[in-house]
Amino acid sequence: MQRSRRDFLKLAGVSALGLSAGTLGFLGEGAQAADALPSAADFAKPAKAKQWGMVIDTAKFDDALFKKCIDACHDNHNVPKIEGKQEIKWIWTEDFEGSFPTERPAFLAEAQEHRKYLLLCNHCANPACTRVCPTKATFKNDEGLVIMDYHRCIGCRYCMAGCPYGARSFNFRDPGEFIAKDKLNLQYPHRTRGVVEKCTFCVEKLAQGKLPLCVEASGGAMVFGDLEDPKSEVRKVLKEKYAIRRKPDAGTDPSVFYIL
Amino acid sequence: MIEKALKGSPRYFGALMVFLAVMGIGGGFYLIQLNNGLMVTGLSRDVSWGFYIAQFTYMVGVAASAVMLVLPYYFHHYKAYSKMIIMGEFLAIAAVIMCLGFIVIDIGQPQRMLNVLLNSTPRSVLFWDMVVLNGYLILNAVIGWTSLMAYWKRMSPPTWVKPLVYTSVVWAFSIHTVTAFLYAGLPGRHFWLTAILAARFLSSAFCSGPAILLLLTLLAKRLTGFDPGKEAVKSLSTTITYAMCVNVFFFFLEVFTAFYSNMPGHMDPILFLFSGFEGHTYMTPFMWTASFLAIGSLVLLIPYKWRYNPDILVPALIMLVIGTWIDKGMGLIAAGFTPNPFERVTEYLPTGPEIMIALMVYALGGFVLTILWKIALEVRAEVEGSL
Repeated sequence: MQRSRRDFLKLAGVSALGLSAGTLGFLGEGAQAADALPSAADFAKPAKAKQWGMVIDTAKFDDALFKKCIDACHDNHNVPKIEGKQEIKWIWTEDFEGSFPTERPAFLAEAQEHRKYLLLCNHCANPACTRVCPTKATFKNDEGLVIMDYHRCIGCRYCMAGCPYGARSFNFRDPGEFIAKDKLNLQYPHRTRGVVEKCTFCVEKLAQGKLPLCVEASGGAMVFGDLEDPKSEVRKVLKEKYAIRRKPDAGTDPSVFYIL
Repeated sequence: MIEKALKGSPRYFGALMVFLAVMGIGGGFYLIQLNNGLMVTGLSRDVSWGFYIAQFTYMVGVAASAVMLVLPYYFHHYKAYSKMIIMGEFLAIAAVIMCLGFIVIDIGQPQRMLNVLLNSTPRSVLFWDMVVLNGYLILNAVIGWTSLMAYWKRMSPPTWVKPLVYTSVVWAFSIHTVTAFLYAGLPGRHFWLTAILAARFLSSAFCSGPAILLLLTLLAKRLTGFDPGKEAVKSLSTTITYAMCVNVFFFFLEVFTAFYSNMPGHMDPILFLFSGFEGHTYMTPFMWTASFLAIGSLVLLIPYKWRYNPDILVPALIMLVIGTWIDKGMGLIAAGFTPNPFERVTEYLPTGPEIMIALMVYALGGFVLTILWKIALEVRAEVEGSL
């Protein structure tokens, strides 16, 4: 089943490449000029890894940089801005206690105590969310990314109960009207109501050999690479600096590391 | 046999009309939910399951509880249950139908529901819950209907029913065990992450389910004159009492483990339920009500002279049902999500539309049960000459 699905996706990918390689006349000149669609050449050299991972150097962040990273993600992925407890977020900030509750912090050093921390999906090596999904709508791909098939998701929200990091959001309502029309990114689909969504480590950028948008925007405060490759940049950073992960006792083996 | 459902007193049709009316009103709210999404509920990013899933869980217990009649009757040839056994099986059918209904109203994309079959995923407990619930529905429908048909024709049931009955006994335990596994296998949800959850589910099911069955049977007795037999009422009330004792005992096991170990993750959800967490005390009145009702019901049920007195039995059972319903139908799900992964509290109470949509499913169950019990009682009246 999974094999044939992957084959289909490959085929669909190739067809899409074929389409985008030609000029898409129906979009008109304006659309093309403003938002040039990626062409086949853009996908010629995808970034590859066994397990993508990320190191966040928390000391390098201030409010402006947080905003820059969050906006880069949310604007490009058409994440709707919904106020209140039914909000949708892929990447956001929390204080120390909210980020690392199992540390049970006491008498924390002031710098760490007052700092905020950037939270996103941990793309766990052993994710609980994909284990519980009854339709494989959320799954782990060959590169260790935990991603979503929004067209297969039935909206049972079992993955949200399964995720110990609160990384998942549910579309309680139609997201369309909560995305500013002038900000709508036509190169990325927005979701429909009734499905779960989350950070994908920019799987669509990695396929073009590019870095995730938040990493790009962070100007070096976030490092991205293959955790399985000892020569990768993330591994180099982790060798030098002490870094922790959120809730390691949940057994999920998260792939996002925090340098305090 | 089905034709017996088509003739009846004005009271019978009146009851059906009431159920249909509630389904209609609830259905209106469901249409609103279908058109707007689950935004009409009180659910949130942090408390992503709520009233619907809680009712589902409670009803799985009611469905499983038929085994408290089936097991003694078939394994121990306990004949006192011969008149009630079909009522239990038919209640199980209605309960499973409600379970499936609660799942359907809870999911965000119900039109994609069959993806669970199309992309069946055995590593997901939800897949197995779908298998065991539908299997249990089929088992009870086949066993109940075939046995009643045989009884109507004054024959003994065909021999192939026996293996199905034995299967259904084991299956009954499986439906509530698998339902507990939905919750008990999730890292980071401390209130559910406990090996005794399935046992707690079963014990609460085996008191609350038979209590509902007994209350409904006594109601049927008043309305139609159907007499389940003194012995059956006595035995079932004893089963209920023991199961409730075990249920309360299991709860105290949880409390001991959480508080003697002093592990914050285990204590926090229990504190949230009974004393509030970081100033959020909205669940505490419900939970203390449940506690007093539970203890109160045991005080009334444990002395056998009180238990065997219908004037005391009925209020005791009502207390028990409300107490276990608050515990499972409100507390269980909220405490699983509270505090949230960031150790904070997002309050959850069901909204009006949410309650109305849940009532639609309950009315569907009442509708199915009324028809099934009507058929069973008519058949009995015809065969025996009286109820």
